Amino acid sequence: MIQIKNLSKVFKTPNGSFTALKDINLHIPKGSVYGIIGLSGAGKSTLIRCINMLERPTKGEVILNGQNMTLLTGKELRQARQNIGMIFQHFNLLESRTVADNIAFPLEIAQWPKKKIAARVQELLPLVGLEQKADAYPAQLSGGQKQRVGIARALATNPAVLLCDEATSALDPQTTVSILELLKEINEKFNLTIVIITHEMKVIKEICTDVAVIDQAQIVEKGSLESVFLSPKSNIAKEFVASVFPNKLPPQLLRELAQHPGSQIVNVNFLGSAASEPIISGLIRECGITVNILYGSIDRLRSTLFGVLTLELQGSPENLAEAHRYLAQKNLAVEVIHNGY
Amino acid sequence: MDTNLVAMFSDPAYWESLARIIPKALNETIYMVIFSTFLAYVLGIPMGVFLVITSAGHILPNPWVERTLGTVINIFRSIPFIILMVALIPFTTMIVGTSIGTTAAIVPLVVSAAPFVARLVESSLREVSPGVIEAALSMGASPWQIIYKVLLPEAKSSLILGVAITTINIIAYTAMAGAVGGGGLGDVAIQYGYNRYRTDMMIITVLILVVIVQVIQWLGTTLAQKFSHR
Repeated sequence: MIQIKNLSKVFKTPNGSFTALKDINLHIPKGSVYGIIGLSGAGKSTLIRCINMLERPTKGEVILNGQNMTLLTGKELRQARQNIGMIFQHFNLLESRTVADNIAFPLEIAQWPKKKIAARVQELLPLVGLEQKADAYPAQLSGGQKQRVGIARALATNPAVLLCDEATSALDPQTTVSILELLKEINEKFNLTIVIITHEMKVIKEICTDVAVIDQAQIVEKGSLESVFLSPKSNIAKEFVASVFPNKLPPQLLRELAQHPGSQIVNVNFLGSAASEPIISGLIRECGITVNILYGSIDRLRSTLFGVLTLELQGSPENLAEAHRYLAQKNLAVEVIHNGY
Repeated sequence: MDTNLVAMFSDPAYWESLARIIPKALNETIYMVIFSTFLAYVLGIPMGVFLVITSAGHILPNPWVERTLGTVINIFRSIPFIILMVALIPFTTMIVGTSIGTTAAIVPLVVSAAPFVARLVESSLREVSPGVIEAALSMGASPWQIIYKVLLPEAKSSLILGVAITTINIIAYTAMAGAVGGGGLGDVAIQYGYNRYRTDMMIITVLILVVIVQVIQWLGTTLAQKFSHR
């Protein structure tokens, strides 16, 4: 669907040049919800703007539906943009237009006939749950309602891709969830490819199928949602996972535990059906060790279950080895964070 | 009350002379103001739009156009109106056929007001949030569509306030134009009120001007509020 090849972006400033993006390679498959996460200043906003050429890449290519976006200019580019929806952190609605007229706006730009525009607007209003607000002005709406208008507007021309630029960052947590649910519903219903940039791992966790982590202008890690959560490789990815599953033990506790002879502290991440298996009683019964639960959490990753457990394992070296074999057999990702041996 | 004044106000000839002078002057003022404001906007809106869209980071950045246009506007805005009026006499004669009279006064009024309007329009259009323009660009809007579907409608309320400011300014300038044969209420104030010591004429014309200014400002504020959906 979208292929980003060797993309770089350098901004020229009076104080020299600034590299916002460096050699980015991404493949965004059709129907995926692709999350790009990074801290502010990492370059993610520039990256999403390079997809529809709001920013021109300095080097590299963006291929969308077989069309090389980087080669387009003028009318061709404008036509290609009509096939890409975009929503924004601050919604960017036209204040002088009602909800219905805001949704009609991209259709006017695409020069649809008036009757078709009216019919399409009537289709979109219920999709985002704003039938009652058709004649309201943006100033009369809540943040969540404004973003719903933004979504309806972005979908009006039946685009192939929806770009979301920090679409929930200005919303409260509850509204964020409802907007993410709506995006997920749209993704499933229309098989619409969605690209999301965010600094919040909980956004990624709720709806993404794939995730790329961007840090200091470069992609440092990418993969399926599950693989990145199960075994994050880069430090920044680990921090992002820990931001939604905060399994860092207080240092005071770690110091105390370190005094226990012959104990190991492990993080166990588990996914899907493994989440419903009684692994702790298995460890105790089959490996003959004692298990002390230090931290545990279970949540949903898009639609599969994902859990993290921090355990203290105590037993003989042989029994501990047996325990590791047992966990590996269950396909659980284990990370030893302290070893008393 | 002063017996002289009582005698003056009870004399029908006095009222007749007022009826002969004031409505005609009022008509001339309204005529000059409406046409000058309208033509100043016909010229000023495109200039204001160009100033905005050619600025750095906008939809058609072009430093050369922006700087040249900006300089020309500044030059015209720095010339005192009274001098502009005299300097433009050949130009006015070329366009209207004469350099004296109400219609002829419109030419220097427009030339002086248009650059002012351009700056007002510029500042109104700059209030439109860059995010909204970016959203329109992301939908594939052309520069022309952005101008007439985003910039002008989104700035409507602020533009209306600008029209009120311009109109009131032009009213003040018509008084000066009147001094050199343009006619209008300002002319009456000077001819009768100042030159012939007719304080009553002075007061009446000034009162009428005050009322007109109040009405225009009220209209501008009310309409701006009506079109503001913030």
